Amino acid sequence: MTAENIKPETEEQLRDSIQWALGDEVTLDIIGSGSKRTLGRPVDAKHCLDLSGFSGITLYQPEELVMTVKAATPLVKIEAVLEKQNQELAFEPANYDALLNGVPNSNQPSGTIGGVVACNLSGPRRIKVGAARDHLLGFHAVSGRGDLFKSGGQVVKNVTGFDLSKLMAGSFGTLALIMDVSLKVLPRSEKARTLLVLGADDSQAIAAMTAALHSPFEVSGAAHVPQSLSKHSTVSYVSAAARSITAVRIEGVGPSVESRCDSLKKTLKPFGTLEELHTRNSNTFWQEIRDVTYYTGTDLNQNQVWKISVPPASGAAVADRLRQTLAGDIYYDWGGGLLWLAMTPQHDAGQDIVREALVDGGHATLIRANDTVRKQVDVFQPQPKALAALSARVKEAFDPKGILNPGRMIEGV
Amino acid sequence: MMSITMPEPDQEVIARRADIIKAMQGIVPAGNVLEDADELRAYDSDALPAYHALPLIVVLPETTEQVSQILKYCHENDVKIVPRGSGTGLTGATLPLADAITLAMGKFDKILGIDYDNRCVVAQSGCTNLSITNAVADEGFYYAPDPSSQIACSIGGNIGTNAGGVHCLKYGLTTNNVMGLEMVMIDGEVIRIGGKHLDSEGYDLLGLLTGSEGLLGVITEITVRILQKPESARAMLIGFGSSEAGGECVAAIIAAGIIPGGMEMMDKPAIHAADDFMNCGYPRDVEALLIVELDGPEAEVEYLIKRVEDIAKETGALKIQVSQNEDERNMFWAGRKAAFPAVGRISPDYYCMDGTIPRGKLSFVLKRIHELEAKYGLGVANVFHAGDGNLHPLILYDANKPGELETAENFGAEILKVCVEVGGVLSGEHGIGIEKRDLMGTMFTEDDMNQQQRVKCAFDAGHLLNPGKVYPTLHRCAELGRVHVHQGQHRFPDIPRF
Repeated sequence: MTAENIKPETEEQLRDSIQWALGDEVTLDIIGSGSKRTLGRPVDAKHCLDLSGFSGITLYQPEELVMTVKAATPLVKIEAVLEKQNQELAFEPANYDALLNGVPNSNQPSGTIGGVVACNLSGPRRIKVGAARDHLLGFHAVSGRGDLFKSGGQVVKNVTGFDLSKLMAGSFGTLALIMDVSLKVLPRSEKARTLLVLGADDSQAIAAMTAALHSPFEVSGAAHVPQSLSKHSTVSYVSAAARSITAVRIEGVGPSVESRCDSLKKTLKPFGTLEELHTRNSNTFWQEIRDVTYYTGTDLNQNQVWKISVPPASGAAVADRLRQTLAGDIYYDWGGGLLWLAMTPQHDAGQDIVREALVDGGHATLIRANDTVRKQVDVFQPQPKALAALSARVKEAFDPKGILNPGRMIEGV
Repeated sequence: MMSITMPEPDQEVIARRADIIKAMQGIVPAGNVLEDADELRAYDSDALPAYHALPLIVVLPETTEQVSQILKYCHENDVKIVPRGSGTGLTGATLPLADAITLAMGKFDKILGIDYDNRCVVAQSGCTNLSITNAVADEGFYYAPDPSSQIACSIGGNIGTNAGGVHCLKYGLTTNNVMGLEMVMIDGEVIRIGGKHLDSEGYDLLGLLTGSEGLLGVITEITVRILQKPESARAMLIGFGSSEAGGECVAAIIAAGIIPGGMEMMDKPAIHAADDFMNCGYPRDVEALLIVELDGPEAEVEYLIKRVEDIAKETGALKIQVSQNEDERNMFWAGRKAAFPAVGRISPDYYCMDGTIPRGKLSFVLKRIHELEAKYGLGVANVFHAGDGNLHPLILYDANKPGELETAENFGAEILKVCVEVGGVLSGEHGIGIEKRDLMGTMFTEDDMNQQQRVKCAFDAGHLLNPGKVYPTLHRCAELGRVHVHQGQHRFPDIPRF
């Protein structure tokens, strides 16, 4: 049988596609726009199932803070519609076009909302408002059994049956084909300010971010970029600093931002010289942090990139351990709880070193590496035996024949 | 009166009661196995008291290892388990079964660690919700979800129902505030999920477990995030001549991009009951009362109060009062927080419902409820988490009058059906339990429920954990697992290829 690409456009065709795959015992590589195909392990599938026919906004009620969209609706379209009503997806879905595909970074992400949900991609505001999974209210999907099913709804407060939305978010298309999602949307902030502390080393930076996050000032972003990377920023205040920068963001209504910013300056003063970014520069800077633009380039073999989630207070200690054996750069998001490591390529991407550095718990995910490497190493954090067995049973509950994105998360599953 | 039927108790298991007691006494200290009817009676219901039953026995484990051994025994010997926190649930989710052990987690009451640097608390599952806030209050922190039972309800039970509270509009529900869990599976295996870091890769079992009503595992330890208390908070009382006007005001506040710390609404019967009980100065001549709380730095609170005041005037507010100090703010809340017991004073019994609707459907739903009051001949007081559309109609009835509980239940079921009709759901924060179990079909298709039950099978293929709850019919896992392949029906010509 030759490889064939199928592009269902209706719910019935989608179910037929799954029935066909079940009947012919073939496996499917699920794509929306294909922008995140290199995220996760390479899929070992015979055919490609293209969901791009499922596109369009089916419901948007700004006053209810809810939007229902078909899964392959381009993110850029959703964001444009929300912007008109002064709303947004508050979890700041990342745009990895440059990181994953080496295409020039732009403000026009090529990804779909289904991809964002399937990969649970969230940006710097994660620490305040939660991840993509926290904004997914409900969905319709077709399981690997060919059944149409739904979970959740269009309201925020809902304890009606198991919350399968959480399972869908971050499942990388291995459980079901999502047809539409209902999302919680939120008002955009009127104003944003970012305070920069210049010249702090990693542990001082963690202390500064911790102090800021301990305050009642509702910090919505806390990142630290070492001097070796700050020069790549397109925000001149950052690149011209010629020092490390530790950034703390405040958002909200005008008077509140001013007031909190003044208070935070007092908190941060002991950590070094302070600078301030106003709304536009602030937005650009956090977009760079979110999209990992400091590590991009057209040559995907120039580096390998890990996303490492740890208890925030131990961020600097983890980075220290990594630097002892790996050559590369590290910057921090999520108040020190998210480390972005770019390293000189190795055949095993240094996976043992990376994971052994997580002594206080945490997870490491290999985000950027070539297919050969991503096939050989554990892209996702290996799970203890009992948890892995449970996860395998959950997969079986949705996709008993293993036809959806086989191998995307775990080899052979 | 039991209009909801539970699975037939397994007489064979009941016949083995003495053996089971002996086995449990070998696992936990002898005093932690309760077997006398008098002792069991204390556990015979949760806060849905119309339904009660004596459990086979009650076991109170003290360690995760003991929970593991108990579950392993139950798994090997085919004994059912009903996990229970503090018993404050409102849906019968912890209703005992005559052939099941009630596993009471009350001895898991220790805070295991406070980690200010990582802004989280590790607690055993039987800790009360409020004890977590109390443990970190000295440093100015608190745990955000605050269900009205927070003084008594356990954090493990909060996981079971994905508990909310008046502040979840801004600060999220339980599911948005839990970072990690330790859970014992039915075969005794202990699993840890998440921790002090965010967003573990792999399937989000943490999110799945939250709101799973004790059907998937027994939770023994929980890591929650804590927040620094806002610098200041002020509350507003806004009275309206109609619930429509109140609903409009809520919509306009949200549309203006303001997410208050809390936004609650009460109708006239609830206002009067609360004011009579707490003497909290609520305006008595309005049809709907909105309590809006704004929190943050003083500059923000002052600015937003002005904006909300303007919006309230534009939407026809009859009365606006802003709290001038903490005492007054607490007084504004006192009536709302005591609304349930206050309604308890004006009626021999009340039945608390919990549906969520799109905010914009509020006045329609209230109107429908009003019509149903006439149909069923029972009154209703409405308390409403207006910000997130979570409605708590309190149906007033007298259990001593024959048939009145049943009438109240039918009335409640019809209200929930209205909620689903307008695009809402059966439960916002209390869960399904047994109370709404038989209504699941109004919201879900057979396929929807089967898929949920397949997830149950991945955790507990023998249906030993909390059977008879949440899902109206139990299917055997083997039957649910079968894949129906239409052999030879392949190569669909009408699917576009490229």
